[in-house]
Amino acid sequence: MTATRTEPAAPADAWEELRTTALLGTDRRPLPAPAGSPALVAAATAVDRTDPATALLELAALTAVRRRAGARPATVPSAGGAAPADPRPELPVAAARRLTVLLDGRAGGAGGTLANLTELLPQWLATARARGFRPPAALLPALLDGARGRSELRGDVVALAGPLGRWLAERNPDWRFVLRTATDAPGPAGPAASEPPGDADGTGSTSTSGDTGAPGDEHRIWHEGLFAERVTHLTRLRRTDPAAGLDLLRGTWPTERAEDRLLFLDALQDGLSPSDEPFLEAALGDRSKNVRATAAELLSTLPGSALATRMAERARAAVRLAGTGHALLVTPPAECDAAMQRDGVAPKSPTGRGERAWWFGEIVAATPLSTWTDDTGLTPARLLGLPVGDAGPDGKGADRADGTWTDDLREGWARAAVRQHDADWARALLGPAPRPGRDGRTTRTAGAPAKLLAVLPASERAAWTAAFIQAHGLGEAFQLLGACATPWTPPLSTAVVAALERAARSGTYPWSHSGVLGMTERALAPEAAPAVEALASDAAPDTAWAETFARLAGTLRFRAAMLAELDV
Amino acid sequence: MEERWSTEHVLSLAPDAPSCKAAGKLSSPAPWSGTGTDGAALWGECKGSGSTPYRTVVELTTPAYRCSCPSRKFPCKHALGLLLLWSGSPEAVPAGAEPADWAADWLKERQERTEQAAERRTAKAEAAAADPAAARRRAEKRSARVAAGAQELRLRLADRIRHGLADTGGTRSDWEEVAARMVDAQAPGLATKVRELDHTAQGDLLEEYAMLHLLATAYGRVDDLPEALGATVRARVGFTSETAELLAGPTVRDRWQVLGVRDTPDERLTTRRLWLRGAKTGRPALLLAFGRPGQAPDLALPTGQELEAELAFHPGARPLRAVLGTRYGAPQSPGDAVPAGISPAEALAGYGAAVAEDPWTESWPTVLTGVIPVHDIDGWHLTDGRHSLRLHRAGLPEPALWQLAAVSGGRPVTLFGECGHRGFTPVTVWDEHGRPSGLTQ
Repeated sequence: MTATRTEPAAPADAWEELRTTALLGTDRRPLPAPAGSPALVAAATAVDRTDPATALLELAALTAVRRRAGARPATVPSAGGAAPADPRPELPVAAARRLTVLLDGRAGGAGGTLANLTELLPQWLATARARGFRPPAALLPALLDGARGRSELRGDVVALAGPLGRWLAERNPDWRFVLRTATDAPGPAGPAASEPPGDADGTGSTSTSGDTGAPGDEHRIWHEGLFAERVTHLTRLRRTDPAAGLDLLRGTWPTERAEDRLLFLDALQDGLSPSDEPFLEAALGDRSKNVRATAAELLSTLPGSALATRMAERARAAVRLAGTGHALLVTPPAECDAAMQRDGVAPKSPTGRGERAWWFGEIVAATPLSTWTDDTGLTPARLLGLPVGDAGPDGKGADRADGTWTDDLREGWARAAVRQHDADWARALLGPAPRPGRDGRTTRTAGAPAKLLAVLPASERAAWTAAFIQAHGLGEAFQLLGACATPWTPPLSTAVVAALERAARSGTYPWSHSGVLGMTERALAPEAAPAVEALASDAAPDTAWAETFARLAGTLRFRAAMLAELDV
Repeated sequence: MEERWSTEHVLSLAPDAPSCKAAGKLSSPAPWSGTGTDGAALWGECKGSGSTPYRTVVELTTPAYRCSCPSRKFPCKHALGLLLLWSGSPEAVPAGAEPADWAADWLKERQERTEQAAERRTAKAEAAAADPAAARRRAEKRSARVAAGAQELRLRLADRIRHGLADTGGTRSDWEEVAARMVDAQAPGLATKVRELDHTAQGDLLEEYAMLHLLATAYGRVDDLPEALGATVRARVGFTSETAELLAGPTVRDRWQVLGVRDTPDERLTTRRLWLRGAKTGRPALLLAFGRPGQAPDLALPTGQELEAELAFHPGARPLRAVLGTRYGAPQSPGDAVPAGISPAEALAGYGAAVAEDPWTESWPTVLTGVIPVHDIDGWHLTDGRHSLRLHRAGLPEPALWQLAAVSGGRPVTLFGECGHRGFTPVTVWDEHGRPSGLTQ
């Protein structure tokens, strides 16, 4: 406060005199003599001093009014630089208003007539970012605060906030995360939407502390950052320069904690290549069992790695094509030797299954899938069609394959297909999409179908899931739907709506489908909205399903309107 | 055809945050049917959970709302949703239509009620005028009680100064009891000021004592003061003026630009301050409106727009507070969206001039031009590169300050706020496109 009152010394002293007297009391301290400018002295001299306390109040009033009326501005603080210009067009007015509503929605969705708006925010952000818009400056604080509490929003929010977001983050410690968040895919607006690697675009020259793009800074985040920031940093680096990422990790590896090592190792999945093999081989000797297992898993997905070759050897010893070529005969390993343990096979079965079956499964899962097709010259589908039997004590096997090891082998293959992202095998393992009217379960799917689906291209995933839902309804579809890309394709959306309609007619309760319904609100194709509207109006009034469909229809309308506003 | 309202303005009408949110959901065309506007009112039917839709009418001039929904919020989410729909998608609310029957009925009924109320006010004023002797006796009685209260306050203040502000006699100072005495003495203005003493930092205490002493002393000889200053003293001590009485006196007609709006809620009442400035006269004006919890204050004007109207000012040495009289049409966008402003140095000089006329002036409404908000280790400042003003928070939340920083982005902005001896409290900032943002978030 005193800063705005840079006055000559004397009146300030006069005020201090008055204050000291007031603090101690006029009973203890005499009134100060008038001081200051001639006019003030003249006025002060005119004050009646019969009662010192009253006189002090009058002198104080005189001085206070004088101070207020004569206040002077302060000197200029150092202003720092202005935010770099953001060339992107500003959000349309309606979309900006929608953003306000969505951000307010973080308080929780008590309304009931719509889905929880917080669930629609990520979609809005991703779309607005992809369209290359810039939010109005006045909304940035709310936007950044929203991403502060929800780290999954950060990538899109930071990209949307653009250079102004960074400028603000350099000034407000609450938003430091902006400087640390990777926005890997540059938006259509180019450098403004991405992490500027330096101030090369010329507009950033005014930024005072924009040193975050300097090369040395990468090391700072890696060495001083929080764990999550370090993982982000490593992941980002692996996507652009895998070798540099590996070097960074190798540099601090011996000093990292076991649980951190595990997640850093996981980050190597991005950009994994044979040049990572020596490091991963060394990690097979790690102190931590989980680190060893993860290193083994990564190595098993590297075709041609030494571990993959060793596993293929073990697999060949365990499975062979019967002489007739019409069956596969299995000889599970008799023991889990030290070499197998080093390669990531746990000696004790964690599932409670027989130990030999467990070891066998581990070996198949870690064996390159090409081993099977190359060795036999058969396609995955053909291999899956072969009967499987036990090779027996003599290793010759019964004539008739008894099916003992069928499930274990399929399960191992399924795990391998997921690990190795092998679409051919995944397709063969999933089998043809189930058809309605027929028991789709005749071809049993091994492993978790959702995981296998994730290996397939998006359109194939949607088509398979749609067929599955037509045949089996929604009961087991939750994970499959979760594996499909959003928004769902129109055929998949139609299948889901039809299944909801059947569920409503069959008398089940909507809440038994709450998981699928939540996903539907976010992912259903806009084209399916009329069908949902029709369901909502056809449903028996005042039933739970009527309410459910009305809510779903409302949310779809909201979502459609929200996306339309961005489609300018 | 009049200007449509901005989203921000519509949302400022909402009684609370949940209403804003609920209204946002009703701002798409889907739930609405039979919507229309004739420029003076909006109407429409909103599909709710029940079988019959809710019927919503908004009369835009006042504004006033009517809805068949059972909500006790006022305006309800349907009225706000309809306004948002109109503001965002004009094609969804066809213009130039005749009101639906139900809407027309209500609008007519409302007009009749307004006229009756005006008649009643006139009648009341006449009744008061009918017995001037009785009115004068009442006024004299009150003056005597207030004078006694002011005298008592002077003694209490002097007592404390005699014993020393540092000496709290072992217990903390209790001004609450003195405040209650001031209420009994019918001096609510003094009571409020006294109550604040309990929350004043020790460093500022002498200044507050002195100003209060000055006020109480001034009331002791209020009849000897120049008329305008006397009116200031009466108003600050707690005498109020009837709106009808003020409007019966001289009024100022101008195009009043709304410079800013701020709501101050407490548990019983939300106080809304609306600052205006006359385009022709350059006069600042402050309107106050009040609302109970769950209801928006009864006056709302869109920041940045201009309203042609008559204002009647409360008398005083430095008239500022005013009441709104006749309006001529609805608010419109002014030719110059960004108001003209002054520098920080001029702003302080302007505040000083206000203090010279009314020494109790805490702050004066001011438009600053070309200032950059700067945040450094001692807090926030506003600078034009030559001088700076300290930013005084006055209850502004942290996000509002960052909103200011974001709109500025380190570049000079035009800023409306209150310039006072504690610093400058921002209310509205204009962005590079000349759009105002209220700093209240």
